[in-house]
Amino acid sequence: MKETEDHATLAEAFNADEPRVNWHDETLWFIRQKRDKAAHTIPDWELLRETASQIKHNVLSNLHDYLLQFEANAKANGIIVHWAADAAEHNQIVHAILQKHGVDRIVKSKSMLTEECHLNEYLAEHGIEVIDSDLGERIVQLAKEPPSHIVLPCIHKKKEEIGDLFHEHLGTAPGVSDPQVLTEAARQHLRETFLTRRAALTGVNFAVAETGEFVICTNEGNADMGAHLADVHIACVGIEKIIPKREHLGVFLRLLARSATGQPITTYSSHFKKPREGHELHLVFVDNGRSTQLGREDFRNSLKCIRCGACMNTCPVYRRSGGHSYHAAVAGPIGAILAPNLDMKKNADLPFASTLCGSCSNVCPVKIDIHQQLYKWRQVIVQEGYADRKKTMGMKAMTQTFASPSTFKLAGKAGRWFMRNVPFVLNNKMNPWYKQREMPEPPKESFGEWYLRNRKKTDE
Amino acid sequence: MSSRDSILATVARNQPAGLPLPVVPSFVLEEEDLVEKFTNVAVGIGSKVFRVKSLEEVKQVLLEEHGTSGRIISSFPQFSAIAETAIAPDVDPHSLADVHLAVLPAQLGVAENGALWVTDAQLPLRVLPFICQHLALVVPQQSIVPLMQQAYEVIGVQDYGFGTFIAGPSKTADIEQSLVLGAHGARTLSIFLYYQTQDKRLIF
Ligand code: SF4
Repeated sequence: MKETEDHATLAEAFNADEPRVNWHDETLWFIRQKRDKAAHTIPDWELLRETASQIKHNVLSNLHDYLLQFEANAKANGIIVHWAADAAEHNQIVHAILQKHGVDRIVKSKSMLTEECHLNEYLAEHGIEVIDSDLGERIVQLAKEPPSHIVLPCIHKKKEEIGDLFHEHLGTAPGVSDPQVLTEAARQHLRETFLTRRAALTGVNFAVAETGEFVICTNEGNADMGAHLADVHIACVGIEKIIPKREHLGVFLRLLARSATGQPITTYSSHFKKPREGHELHLVFVDNGRSTQLGREDFRNSLKCIRCGACMNTCPVYRRSGGHSYHAAVAGPIGAILAPNLDMKKNADLPFASTLCGSCSNVCPVKIDIHQQLYKWRQVIVQEGYADRKKTMGMKAMTQTFASPSTFKLAGKAGRWFMRNVPFVLNNKMNPWYKQREMPEPPKESFGEWYLRNRKKTDE
Repeated sequence: MSSRDSILATVARNQPAGLPLPVVPSFVLEEEDLVEKFTNVAVGIGSKVFRVKSLEEVKQVLLEEHGTSGRIISSFPQFSAIAETAIAPDVDPHSLADVHLAVLPAQLGVAENGALWVTDAQLPLRVLPFICQHLALVVPQQSIVPLMQQAYEVIGVQDYGFGTFIAGPSKTADIEQSLVLGAHGARTLSIFLYYQTQDKRLIF
């Protein structure tokens, strides 16, 4: 297999087309602004985030018991519960269920977990065809690409490119790129799929320990169309997706869509508690490194994630480097925390794909300290010897700088002076963040200096 | 050791010391007029909202909007003249692929997001509100609650096999963020806010 290129190299390739990068950047910023507007309509937004965060802390600290509670209740509801230690076991379990039913074609709704496990490839190798039914996922599937965003899988694609794909695969007229027309074509094509597949696979947004039910949120209705028409429904879920009680959905469903796209709620929030009479409902719990991450004190908070994508939409690096540059199923700031847990060597570059500006942590609906965890990963990666030399040098200086307040003040002052007077020194290859972007205009004085000057003024 | 047991053992070993489950604060909606708030939000996400006083009115509006030519299914016996009102629960869900319009009751609506709650109790078949081309949901005005929090207070420990909040027609913005209504589920959602007076026939 070809060696994966690192984030910086992939980002450079993405940056070759500047107008396109600007378009990508602006589109995601637009979604971030919609999120802000939605959040501002709720006076209690911060309290809501804090509540969600505390519920998730409680979940992580009692995960063992909640998993058992969910399992017992789900079984009582008639759901068949499976456990997979890793991606390989997850894929085998799914395959075995399909084999049992003699199914060789399935329809799937969005599940980042199955991306993480590379289920589609595995099933294809075993002669099972998978059709992704979320429009964005179907588009990237036709393009033979992975999703570039967890909520907006084809956010990197222009409508003309989608038109070409649909012309080739779905028979739309050449040159058609109107989203309305293309969506209608996908609706017709996928309706036929929903009506002919005997097994449906879905992800899970929340699994409720108290009731043994799980909730799936979509705007398109694709998860429901698949699940309610198929004989067998397989839902795949990471063990961290548990919430204690049904009433807590009243907290998380208020946060999820507003944070993701600025909608007040997704079109459908479907609660699956029991299988349809005479049909099978399977739920596969997947660990795949999550229980290890739970034991890493500095990084366990990443398991609070509800996959809203807000941290990506706001991230200046994600917006200008594109989801594929992260070479992991989950891109962006949260992906850069999750990926090194699975493979530190392969993903050693990802925690460096950040300016540590903290915007991600500010928008995160469950208050994950994302940028702090990225900074901590950098230290671990450097210590373990996985960082490349350029970054190691910068890191050492940075660590020393942050370790000593007086150097920090001086370095800041010198840095500001340098950026104003000799910008080319910083804007060179030694500073990995210079590539393709001018450094921001430095403020003439730091907040500390400004404060001192102004306080003096008022004191005088 | 089975994967189940080893996952659970690792989780038990690695989970941090117990942190308390917070008491969820009592959140409130700023707006006082629930029907107005609900209507504004629902229209904002692409639903049509009608205030009606009888099922007869619902029928008139729907006939005007959708005509009588397509297949209509309803769980209101009052619609028997224009709709199939007795779908057996064991019917093959695929046989609903040609349903033009479904008219169903909803248990409650949520003012903050325009969502309506329906369960198996309202659905002849789970797939119906998704597979139909057009969906109409009828809900008593008195059953509009302010926030999701109150919605779950009403839902409480309801035992259903399947339940769903439906907020607007199915939609997607996956192609360059252009909003398109009618992805895989219903293309339109008409909501009828029923003002319950003496007409006791409409009981949910
Ligand atoms: S880390 Fe937070 S902001 Fe990012 S996807 Fe997860 S929940 Fe959303």
